[in-house]
Amino acid sequence: MKHAGLLLHTMFLFAACSQNSSTFIIQNKGSDTLVNLAQAWAEEYKNVNQDVALAVSGGGSGTGIAALINGTVDIANSSRAIKQEEREQAKKNTGKDVNEFIVGMDALAVFVHPKNPLEGMTLEEAACIYGEGGTCTHWHHVRNTVVPGCKDNRIIRVSRQSNSGTYQYFREAILGKKRDLKLGSMDLSGSRESIDLVEHTPCAIGYSGMGYLNPRIKALCIQKEGNSPCIAPTVDTAIDKSYPISRELYMYTSGSPSDAVKAYLDWTQSDVGHAITIKAGYVPARKR
Amino acid sequence: MEAKIATEINSAPLEWRQRKSKKPLSEKIIEGLIKGGGFSSIVFILAILFFILKEAYPFLVGAFDFKEFFFSTEWNPASVVKIKYGTFAILVGTLMVTVLSMLIAVPLGLACAFYISEFCSPRLRETYKILIEFLAAIPSVVWGFVAIMMINPLIINLFDVPIGLNILNASIILALMSLPLIVSVGEDALRAVPESYREAAEAMGATKWEVATRVLLPAAKNGLMAAALLGVGRALGETMAVLMATGHAIQIPDSIFEPGRTLTATIAAELGESPKGGEHYQALFAIGLMLFIISFIVNVSADYLIRGRRK
Repeated sequence: MKHAGLLLHTMFLFAACSQNSSTFIIQNKGSDTLVNLAQAWAEEYKNVNQDVALAVSGGGSGTGIAALINGTVDIANSSRAIKQEEREQAKKNTGKDVNEFIVGMDALAVFVHPKNPLEGMTLEEAACIYGEGGTCTHWHHVRNTVVPGCKDNRIIRVSRQSNSGTYQYFREAILGKKRDLKLGSMDLSGSRESIDLVEHTPCAIGYSGMGYLNPRIKALCIQKEGNSPCIAPTVDTAIDKSYPISRELYMYTSGSPSDAVKAYLDWTQSDVGHAITIKAGYVPARKR
Repeated sequence: MEAKIATEINSAPLEWRQRKSKKPLSEKIIEGLIKGGGFSSIVFILAILFFILKEAYPFLVGAFDFKEFFFSTEWNPASVVKIKYGTFAILVGTLMVTVLSMLIAVPLGLACAFYISEFCSPRLRETYKILIEFLAAIPSVVWGFVAIMMINPLIINLFDVPIGLNILNASIILALMSLPLIVSVGEDALRAVPESYREAAEAMGATKWEVATRVLLPAAKNGLMAAALLGVGRALGETMAVLMATGHAIQIPDSIFEPGRTLTATIAAELGESPKGGEHYQALFAIGLMLFIISFIVNVSADYLIRGRRK
């Protein structure tokens, strides 16, 4: 109701300004991981289609999906797949099926100092290093690694501040939903800082979105289990899901999208949209 | 007393007497403005205190657990197992960084103040003062990058330790940041010692060193202590640089080569992304209240010392 009022108001405003085109507002809400990308797209889309404006807000994937169920948004952003019961609820409430669009990918790279001879590790070894109660405190606990230039061979854990989306996704990916990361890690407040610190610290290990990687640090390949192949984080392995710490980023609509929404979603998957995706540090949903 | 003033007024020229009896409007306005300016700082402090209290209040009466808040070393607001708000490790980190940085900055700063005020030539003095004040103009985030990119590898190589972002690193950065304040306040205190003291001591045959240590040091003692305490306040309140230089790890550092965490850095890192009005947000304001009280104590003692000097 409030939105409708706002819409009407905006339309009157535009009419008053003798701009005869009526502006269509797409309500877009949800995931905090996606919100930067969604905003970057919305910003650029202004120049593509002036008749459509996007109102982007965050609040978390759950908030977005709840709004979708209540029918108050046109597009819900989510960094996790919608659950079956949420689909059913939405169907019951709005009478329409939920449509899913994969708009991008997010892969987390685990990296070490280039002097570190380690090339890869399993998820279990990552949990042994980072997880609460994990016993891997020194590099020789992980595949008998000896890191030159690292005093006592001690592992220096570089992590992120606890309310970062990257932190929470990393925790869930290596520890599941019921275990904490061990306290005492260096909780830096940006991916940039994590990279800088690992680059200058032989003992360190860190993680960040793969968009931040550079040749001065060494990204590890990750094995899902002890006998599975070791996969390096690249755009390709993130897309085909063979890299174990990657996830899709979704946008959901209620029923099939209206023409304006459809045009927008298609545009995000165009070459221009993908360029923005890469610039924002994410992985495009399909190969260019 | 009043009678004396009255005679003086009466003996003043007629024009002055008229001015005294009837204040022009402009003077009233200016007086009001100055008075308002004076009161505004009190109002601001009270408003800040009120705001912090208001935001922290629901936590203080709700999830606040005295024993956990002050004596637990676990600060884990995003835990999936059990959320904990223990500030003990962070408080210890704050104290360690502040104390160590002052151990570096106070002797260095006061020695520098003595040199500038007493030993160097007037031309050199101006150059030094400009250079030292320039230290104060470097933004703290730049200091943070200096800590990560330069001092971190330096400490690793020099002391052969696993990590260079630690209490020592943060203390060095903080010492450098509070130096300008300590030097200029210290130098002012030394300048305030009357020239006749120096002349008298020199007339008695004292060397320059003896004048400095036996005459100036005791005479300017309070002012120098105030300089040191202002430095403490500066070190305690610094945010961005220590966030980057301490390593921001929740643990009680068992040596100066271990990473730690400070109160200010915790607020800076977490407030931006914690939902407004949530428990975590309120707990951060409780930390803010704690900091407010600590810096209040530091400032009041600094003020007390300065007033002691003027008496």
